[in-house]
Amino acid sequence: MNKAKQLFAGLILMALGLGAAQADYTLNLTKGVTKVSNDIYDLHMLILWICVIVGIGVFGTMFYSIYHHRKSKGHKAAQFHENTTVEIIWTIVPTLILIGMAIPATKTMLELDNVAKSDMTIQVTGRQWYWDYKYLDNDIHFESHLDEASEITHRTVGADPRSVPHYLLNVDKPLVIPVNKKVRFVLTSGDVIHSWWVPDLGWKKDANPGFINEAWASVDKAGTYRGQCTELCGRDHGFMPIVVIAMEQPDYDAWVKKTLDQQKQKPDLSDQSREQLMAHGESVYLKNCVGCHQINGAGVPGLIPALTGSAIATGKWESLDGFLRAGTAKMPSFSKLNGKEFAEVMTYVRNNLGNSVGDELQPKQTALPDDDDE
Amino acid sequence: MSAVVDEHDHHADDHHDHGPAKGILRWIVTTNHKDIGTMYLVFALAMFFVGGAMAMVIRAELFEPGLQFVDPAFFNSMTTMHALVMVFGAVMPAFVGLANWQIPLMIGAADMALPRMNNMSFWLLVAGVLLLASTLFMEGGAPNGGWTLYPPLVLQPITVGKALPFAVFSVHLLGISSIMGAINIIATITNMRAPSMRMMDMPLFVWTWLITGFLLIAVMPVFAGAVTMLLTDKFFHTSFFNAAGGGDPVLYEHIFWFFGHPEVYIMILPTFGVASTIIPIFARKPLFGYASMVWATGAIAFLAFIVWAHHMFTAGMPLAGELYFMYATMIIAIPTGVKVFNWTATMWDGAMTFETPMLFSIAFVVLFTMGGFTGLMMSIAPSDFQYHDTYFIVAHFHYTLVPASIFMLMAAGYFWLPKWTGHMYNEKIGQLHFWLSAISVNILFFPQHFLGLAGMPRRIPDYAVQFADWNMISSIGGFIFGASQLLFLYIVIDTVRGGTGEKVTDEVWEDAAKHGLEWTLPSPVPYHTWTTPPTIVPTEHVLDSH
Repeated sequence: MNKAKQLFAGLILMALGLGAAQADYTLNLTKGVTKVSNDIYDLHMLILWICVIVGIGVFGTMFYSIYHHRKSKGHKAAQFHENTTVEIIWTIVPTLILIGMAIPATKTMLELDNVAKSDMTIQVTGRQWYWDYKYLDNDIHFESHLDEASEITHRTVGADPRSVPHYLLNVDKPLVIPVNKKVRFVLTSGDVIHSWWVPDLGWKKDANPGFINEAWASVDKAGTYRGQCTELCGRDHGFMPIVVIAMEQPDYDAWVKKTLDQQKQKPDLSDQSREQLMAHGESVYLKNCVGCHQINGAGVPGLIPALTGSAIATGKWESLDGFLRAGTAKMPSFSKLNGKEFAEVMTYVRNNLGNSVGDELQPKQTALPDDDDE
Repeated sequence: MSAVVDEHDHHADDHHDHGPAKGILRWIVTTNHKDIGTMYLVFALAMFFVGGAMAMVIRAELFEPGLQFVDPAFFNSMTTMHALVMVFGAVMPAFVGLANWQIPLMIGAADMALPRMNNMSFWLLVAGVLLLASTLFMEGGAPNGGWTLYPPLVLQPITVGKALPFAVFSVHLLGISSIMGAINIIATITNMRAPSMRMMDMPLFVWTWLITGFLLIAVMPVFAGAVTMLLTDKFFHTSFFNAAGGGDPVLYEHIFWFFGHPEVYIMILPTFGVASTIIPIFARKPLFGYASMVWATGAIAFLAFIVWAHHMFTAGMPLAGELYFMYATMIIAIPTGVKVFNWTATMWDGAMTFETPMLFSIAFVVLFTMGGFTGLMMSIAPSDFQYHDTYFIVAHFHYTLVPASIFMLMAAGYFWLPKWTGHMYNEKIGQLHFWLSAISVNILFFPQHFLGLAGMPRRIPDYAVQFADWNMISSIGGFIFGASQLLFLYIVIDTVRGGTGEKVTDEVWEDAAKHGLEWTLPSPVPYHTWTTPPTIVPTEHVLDSH
């Protein structure tokens, strides 16, 4: 089946003079790496072949008729216009096919819906424009943002996406799960509706603000699986990918231990050079600010204020600090950032993006007393 | 009305049969169904090019991965406005225009039942679309949360600027316009048929519009209600769709799609009617299965109301809901299949010729069926967990709208323009237009199936590089398709101004008078027709029963 398809695609490509060689594409749905995703693939192929066969029958009849029953060949038109028998047949036969199709579809639907008896639970929160993952069994909690290379490239007119590995499908911190464990996902959103989709897991599910949806996956094979947000969620909807790494149990256990240790580490509040502050500040900016305020700090006319020349951004740093921590009706609070990150990003915003306040802020200045417990 | 006309003798008829008023006022204050039909069609064609230009922007940005021409928010505005303009500005008005021209001619009525309301519904449409289009020039840009206007996104100050209330009021105006049009069409069909025309003698185009009229009356108020709730959520602190205040964003999805699903049939049922009118004439055979065509149309319209949540399989519904909406949706394949089989049986053993309207009709049957197949695939709920919100669905609904609704609107143009104007279009250019459109529309949309299955979400301005080849091919198809439509514009203008110069007969098409009343009128049709209702109704499809 696949060979035939690839041949078909190859022919189309050759016909268009592109040559199949350069193409790194797929034509069909992935089989995925879970039992459910394989069942869905089978359903997909079954209904596809039913459609192909019905299509060949109907279009074949039509084209036979178009070829033979034409006036230019002297064909005389018959005048029949009713036949109860065939009308009953072509009502009953499709009904039977549909019933036949509904049975396996129902089975898969039941399977897909059954979140009971899971081994672990991960809470997925969609936010504009990144994913927030919380492991409910062991307190691991992190954000997963588009990687920096893609972030810069997709915001730069004329930049070459082909030079970026996994362009738009790469993140800074992937979600890690163990193989052969039933992982339950509870999905919600912090702002607008998002939808979490990794094709290899076989499903997508909407993340609705204020409500929780459930889904599950048990991955058969270790590997890296990529997906994207699939519900329009604003200007950067196309830029909040998902990366799932499935690991063998021992590797997973080691990852959990390492991640928990890292989470316990207190942020390093020691002084930094100006260059360090600016470089780190850019990273913080690219993760947290760039979606709205843009890569050059210009904002969006009529929607989002510019940072360039902004009185708040370039005024007293203490009020900027308070402003960021409090948030506004339009902007979320950034109190999730630690003192180190505040120092870095404020230094960056005040001395780049067309601003030149000339100061530099050190982590010790901006840290709150409780910052070191995260 | 007809009783009054009956009292006139021929002399009196001639006396009243004056032409249109002179000057611009003819169009502004007209109550003539033909003038209003013309205005609807011209307006729809203009909007088709406006919406098409937006599609060209979308395809240009997607030609290659990376950022080329437009900002992501503007890209989202383009996808949103493309849909709204095409649905509410182009396809729906075009079918109302056809209804205005054709229904009175086909049922032997002198005009629409409510001519003044007819005028008003047209001008409200213009006002509504202009209001919508004005948002393009507003601070913060046009609505960019998708044509579905899902909250909380469209209520967000950082996403949609000043445009929301204008879009909402535009929807209100368009809704009022559509409802008035629908009432008028229903009133005309039920009250003004020639005395000898029974319901089951009506041409299929009239039948499909009658049913469409009821769909419009049923769902446009639902949409108006939904967007009004958006408005009060945004400005009056209600919480219909805000979880923090006890509301539910998914509620909006339910309300929207309760409107949205019948809406897609509003755009396709008259299409079926046009196809059922054109195919028998060029196959020189009566329509096969007239009665089953009528019942299938009714069944599809009924099912339209009970399948809405198949647009929301991934929104988070209880299992019973998922299963119910899956089964109900699968059932649509049965009456739709009946229609396709009937068209095929109509062609079978006919004596076909392939003038441009027939070519478009054949392409419609084939390509609409392909859109139907992908629809059936998506009715399988578990599979839809993969297909949903990818380019697969983009391909699906464009197959059911472009080479279906749009193609049949073009076919209707080629088919009836000679009757309306008395001039024949240029068949060579017509066929060139057909072949360019039919080939390019497949280059445009077929690869999108591959893109969707390979994992490309819809409504994204930029994509991973493995999607690059098919996007480029799709864009090339899009540019060819877009450019080809200029030929149609040329042909329409050329035909109105004289076409090939060949004087068309009253029948226009061979033996057409056997199939429909409009072909018994002179070509071009006089400004006033059927002031005396016809006594004999040509009903080729019910030969045996007369």
